[in-house]
Amino acid sequence: MTTKLIRIRPGVGAWMAANSSGNAGAVIGRGFKVIRNQNWMIIVSGFFEPVFYLLSMGIGLGALIGTVTGPGGHQISYAAYIAPALLATSAMNGAIYDSTWNVFFKLRFAKLYEGMLATSLGPLDVAAGEIFMALFRGFLYAVGFTVVIASMGLTTSWWALAMIPVALLIALGFAAIGMALTSYFTTFQQMDWINIALLPMFMFSATLFPIEAFPEVMQWFIMTLPLWHGVELMRQLSVGHWDASTAVHLTYFVAMSVLGVAFATRRLRTLFLR
Amino acid sequence: MSVIEATQLTKVYSDLRAVDAVSFRVATGESFGLLGPNGAGKSTTMRMIGGTSLRTSGTLLVNGLDPETHGPEVRASLGVVPQTDNLDTELNARDNLIMYGRYFGLPYSYLRPKAEELLQFAQLSEKATEKVDNLSGGMKRRLTIARALVNEPSVLLLDEPTTGLDPQARHILWDRLFRLKEQGVTLIVTTHFMDEAEQLCDRLLVMDHGQIVAEGSPAALIQQYSTREVLELRFGSDRNVALVERLRGYADSIEALPDRLLLYTADGEAVLARVRADGLDPVTSLVRRASLEDVFLRLTGRSLID
Ligand SMILES: Nc1ncnc2c1ncn2[C@@H]1O[C@H](COP(=O)(O)OP(=O)(O)O)[C@@H](O)[C@H]1O
Ligand SMILES: [Mg+2]
Repeated sequence: MTTKLIRIRPGVGAWMAANSSGNAGAVIGRGFKVIRNQNWMIIVSGFFEPVFYLLSMGIGLGALIGTVTGPGGHQISYAAYIAPALLATSAMNGAIYDSTWNVFFKLRFAKLYEGMLATSLGPLDVAAGEIFMALFRGFLYAVGFTVVIASMGLTTSWWALAMIPVALLIALGFAAIGMALTSYFTTFQQMDWINIALLPMFMFSATLFPIEAFPEVMQWFIMTLPLWHGVELMRQLSVGHWDASTAVHLTYFVAMSVLGVAFATRRLRTLFLR
Repeated sequence: MSVIEATQLTKVYSDLRAVDAVSFRVATGESFGLLGPNGAGKSTTMRMIGGTSLRTSGTLLVNGLDPETHGPEVRASLGVVPQTDNLDTELNARDNLIMYGRYFGLPYSYLRPKAEELLQFAQLSEKATEKVDNLSGGMKRRLTIARALVNEPSVLLLDEPTTGLDPQARHILWDRLFRLKEQGVTLIVTTHFMDEAEQLCDRLLVMDHGQIVAEGSPAALIQQYSTREVLELRFGSDRNVALVERLRGYADSIEALPDRLLLYTADGEAVLARVRADGLDPVTSLVRRASLEDVFLRLTGRSLID
């Protein structure tokens, strides 16, 4: 015992000892158990949301609009134009929902994390396990949606398969930041602010019409927003076209994920330990 | 060897000192109680011991380790029964036990038979596949307690363990806890029930407003802060307070509660006889042995349960 008392674990090692038993796998195991028991309707309904958007806007509005200029100046159908954008948006929304509402609910009301944290699990294990589960759900939806749009002939390249890992990257960036922000919340009402930020981002990030519709100043602003990068990246992958901007979009999300995870890590103890 | 060593342990929530410079030690195998009314700071103290609430100041060692810097390692040997049940509502009763064991890194080969054993312990074998939401309050409580034993903890933290249990279930639980204690498990119990504290605890901290107001074994506390017997008199709510001054000389001390007067004395019957002889006829009277409730009342002027 005395040896334990004087043992010094510097830096990262000490932080890990305080926050993890390296057992995020148990949290993931619990997540899969719940999915297996769950009402499949809940899972399937999450998949249908972007599909309904695609059908109503893509097919419905698309009939009025006809073709649009896609990546590389090619003319593509309106449905093919918005489908990749809807995938990026749904990856964002799912990740934000899971990392804000869902985390807050399980923390304050279901007290699920209180139970987990009374065991050998540390806050890092819980956060990592829950983010993994959010990404797994995102993965299922991304696979489903990609299959749907591919079978509708809205993708023109095998590169469209890369939309699936990119959807996960987008989800990781948003989930990490969402979880960090949740550590500042004390009421459900405060989370409405996130929705207030997300809805205009969806409307303006070149999801449903090209960014050129806006004055130049506004375009510059939109280009700082994460969703715009996600939308453009997905759109390029769906037709297998890229240029220098592709690397910029990708770098944006890699950076967002790294910073997001760092931010969430800093806020971890505030979020889970009061 | 101390299981817990707390020195000047303090937790401040914005401006409220929920736990205020509390120091205590708990020895291995001891059964230790935190007794106090709602808001005394008992649950906060328990959460700090488990490392799930960060202290504001002071030092704390659990099995020689600081739970803030070695939370996972400290909790590996703890069993935690929180004040309000936090069972996993998305899993059935059996899976609650198994998954909880998984969080400790225990293998399924150990957990499957262990879960059956614990379901039996909690008298829930027939409810193994029932969703938690379909269990009654008492069943949930028993499952929460069973869950805390899945890792065979050497220290059990029980925050108001019998709240919500009927008297029979309470006695069964006390009996089970007693057996764990015999096996060498250290028990740390919070309660606002004096009978529970008397039944379960070798030693008590009496807490109020985040501070320790007294410490000792139940018997020693009663001896130190109370007389052997208490005479309870009811004269009707309007007359009780009016008679305090008149009765002052009859007993060592008097406490006036809204519905009755408590006269502290070594010989309750003798005092009652003198009260009657004096022409004061109480509506009801009762002579009883002093309890921890009286200790708390004498120390703070308030009841444990309000
Ligand atoms: N998370 C919290 N935030 C703010 N105040 C709290 C929090 N938890 C407890 N308190 C306050 O701290 C005091 C002690 O609470 P608690 O430890 O739950 O007492 P007990 O368990 O003895 O009833 C109470 O006044 C309570 O309102
Ligand atoms: Mg409490």
